[in-house]
This record gives sequence, C-alpha cells and structure tokens, in this order.
Amino acid sequence: MLPCVIRVRKKGTRPVADESGGLSIRPMDQFEVKALFGGDIAWYTPTNVTLWMALTVLAATALMVLGARRRAIIPSRGQSAAEMAYGFIYKMVEDVAGHDAVRFFPHVFTLFMFVLFANLLGLIPFAFTTTSHIAVTAVLALTVFLSVTALGFILNGTKFLGLFWVSSAPLALRPILALIELISYFARPISHSIRLAGAMMAGHAVAKVFAGFASALGAIFFVPVLAVTALYALELLVAVIQAYVFTILTCVYLRDALHPSH
Amino acid sequence: MADDATSGPGMPQLDLTTFSNQIFWLVVTMVVLYFIMSRVALPRIAAVLADRRGTITSDIAAAEDFKLKAQEAEAAYNQALADARTEANRIVEAAKAEMQAELDVQLTKANAEIAARSAESERHIAEIRDNALAMVTDVSNDVTKEILTAFDVKADARSVTAAVSARLKGGAA
Repeated sequence: MLPCVIRVRKKGTRPVADESGGLSIRPMDQFEVKALFGGDIAWYTPTNVTLWMALTVLAATALMVLGARRRAIIPSRGQSAAEMAYGFIYKMVEDVAGHDAVRFFPHVFTLFMFVLFANLLGLIPFAFTTTSHIAVTAVLALTVFLSVTALGFILNGTKFLGLFWVSSAPLALRPILALIELISYFARPISHSIRLAGAMMAGHAVAKVFAGFASALGAIFFVPVLAVTALYALELLVAVIQAYVFTILTCVYLRDALHPSH
Repeated sequence: MADDATSGPGMPQLDLTTFSNQIFWLVVTMVVLYFIMSRVALPRIAAVLADRRGTITSDIAAAEDFKLKAQEAEAAYNQALADARTEANRIVEAAKAEMQAELDVQLTKANAEIAARSAESERHIAEIRDNALAMVTDVSNDVTKEILTAFDVKADARSVTAAVSARLKGGAA
C-alpha cells in the first residue's frame, strides 16, 4: 500500500506507480495497441485491435442477423432495431446521395455499422476504442475518398472535373474558386478521418482524467464521479453522432461523384 | 507526465509501428463485415420489409374490398327496406280503399233503409192523423145529430155533415 501513489486502472492498463509520488493519471494508456498473447507486434499479430474489431463484427451481426432471424411480419424488438438501422441508412443514402446511389447502400451501411459499434463498444469500461486511432479512420476515409474519386471519373469521365469549375460564378472568379474547391476536395479525407478519431480520443481521454481525479480528491470524490457520469452520457451521444456524421459525409461525397455538376 | 521506455510515444495513435497491424485487421474486419451485411443481413431485412409492404398492401386491398361489399350490402338492405315500406304502404292503401268502399256500400244501404223507414213512419203517421181526423168528423157528426135529436130539431144527415165539416175546417184554419 503506497499512500502517496494514485493508481489509475482503467481500460486494461497496468497499475502505474510514479516514483516521484503524487498524481499520475495516464489518459493515453487506454489507446495503446498491445499484442493479445505477448511478444512484438507484427502486421499479423492478434492484438486488442483484433479483439475489439472482432467484437464489433459480432455486435453488428447480432443486431442485423440474429435480430432479424425470425423474419416476422410483426417484428420483435431486435428486428425493429435492425429494420430501423436499415431504413435510416437507406433513406440517408437515397436522400443525400440520390436514388441511383442505392446500389452502394451495402457499402455505406457496412461503414456505418462498423463505426457505430466500434464507438459504442469503446465506451465499455476497459474497452479499446478502435475508431480512436487515426490509422483506422484514415484508412476508412481514404478508402471512401479514393473510391468516390475513381467512381466520379469512371461514371462521368472528365466531366467530373466540373465539380471544381463553379459555372454559376463570374468567369474571372472561377480559376480562384477552382483552386479553393480543389484544396477543399483534398482536405476531405483529412477532416473526415481526424474528426472521428479526434472526437473518440478526446472524449475517452477526458473521461479518464476525471476518473483519475476521483481517486485523487478523496472526500469530494463524488464531484468528478458526477462529471464522469455526465461525460459518459455525452460520449454516448457523441459515439452515435460521429457514426452518423461519418456516414452522411460519405453520402455527400458519393453524391458529388454521381452528380458532379454544381 | 514523463514517458518511460516501455510506454512508447505520448500518443499511441502516432506510434507508426502499430499501423500495419491496425490496417491489416481493419481490412479483414471490413471485408468480413461487408460480406455478412451484404450477403446475409441486408437481403434478409429487405425481404422482410418487402413482405410486410406486400402484406399491408394486400390487407388494405382486402379491407377496401370488404368495405365495398359492406356498402353494397347496406345499399341492398336499404333497397329492401324501401321496397318493403312501399309494399306496406300499398297494402295499407288497398285495405283502406277496400274498407272505405265497404263502408260506403254499408252507409248507402243504411241510409236507404233509414230513408225507407222514415218514409214508412211518415206514411204511418199521416194515416193515423187522417184516421183521427175522420174519427173526429164522425164523432162530431154523431154528437151533432144526437144534440139535434135531443133538441128535436129536424135536420137531414147531409146538411149536418156539411155544417160540421165546414165548422171543423174553419176551426182548423
């Protein structure tokens, strides 16, 4: 028992003993990638990333496959939730990206399910949030960016470049606008990925800092505990909203690829 | 907070050595999830939704059909009701007319009988009156004759009768 050392055990971190004594909250430890069975991390090593991504697949499958397994005309609660998710994303694709984007609905839906369940599972104490890693969100955003750009050129040919040529603006302004449009177009994957990873990382880090305060403050521990509780509710909202934002941005980019004219 | 040698850089997100691992597992995950969603989950839910839409559409059509039938039945019922009412009115009218005719016949017969009887009665009364008048004349003649006999006045029967009837007529007038 070390009276001066605060132990913060959250999200699977080892107890940390600070030699200098005093407050030792390590909010970033929860994001560490660790091999499940020890050893170095090679590209194929099963890590906590593997575990939590597998759980994400399981959760999404449980909702969408097990929930709807009875194929009832009058749905059970699980089936209602699955149908609601289906209808929500279907309508989003149709409304935002247009009716001809419906053939990409399975792709968009997969993306939504992954981000949603990765975010939500990350909120379980001691969980690992796969979407808090820029490597993950950047791959997702780049995949969207590259496939949407390729799709734009395949479907529209050079007319896809009309996306950057604002024909409604005065002719003199158009080259400048084209430059701005081009920069903003290439900024898309950056903002798309950093938004999600940043929101996830920040929320979890702040939650951990408050949790650390709770053990440091002694008698008035309930103040940070209340704060963590409120924060947790907020994070639940953020988890869903970020999944929604990620998906709707994908739909917006998809619409640009299908209908590049301004 | 100082990082010790084992915990790596401050932000695990920027630890490039774990990138290949994360990206590999992410690709595996997304491929698996995509196949589960696009091959199993989404077609199943789409089928359920289409089924439900079909059921609802056919149910609505059936309900519409039943409603139409109900309206037809109601119209038929109303028609039957109206027919029955007309028929009833007709029967009532016929019965009323029949009764009226019967009544008229009876009334006419009764009136005729009443008229016949009253005529008979009047005749009878007139007869009685005539008889009474004749009797009064006879009695007057007899009494006058008796009185004249009693007073020994000689008078023939004819002049007495004429005088009495003149007297009676004058009295009556």
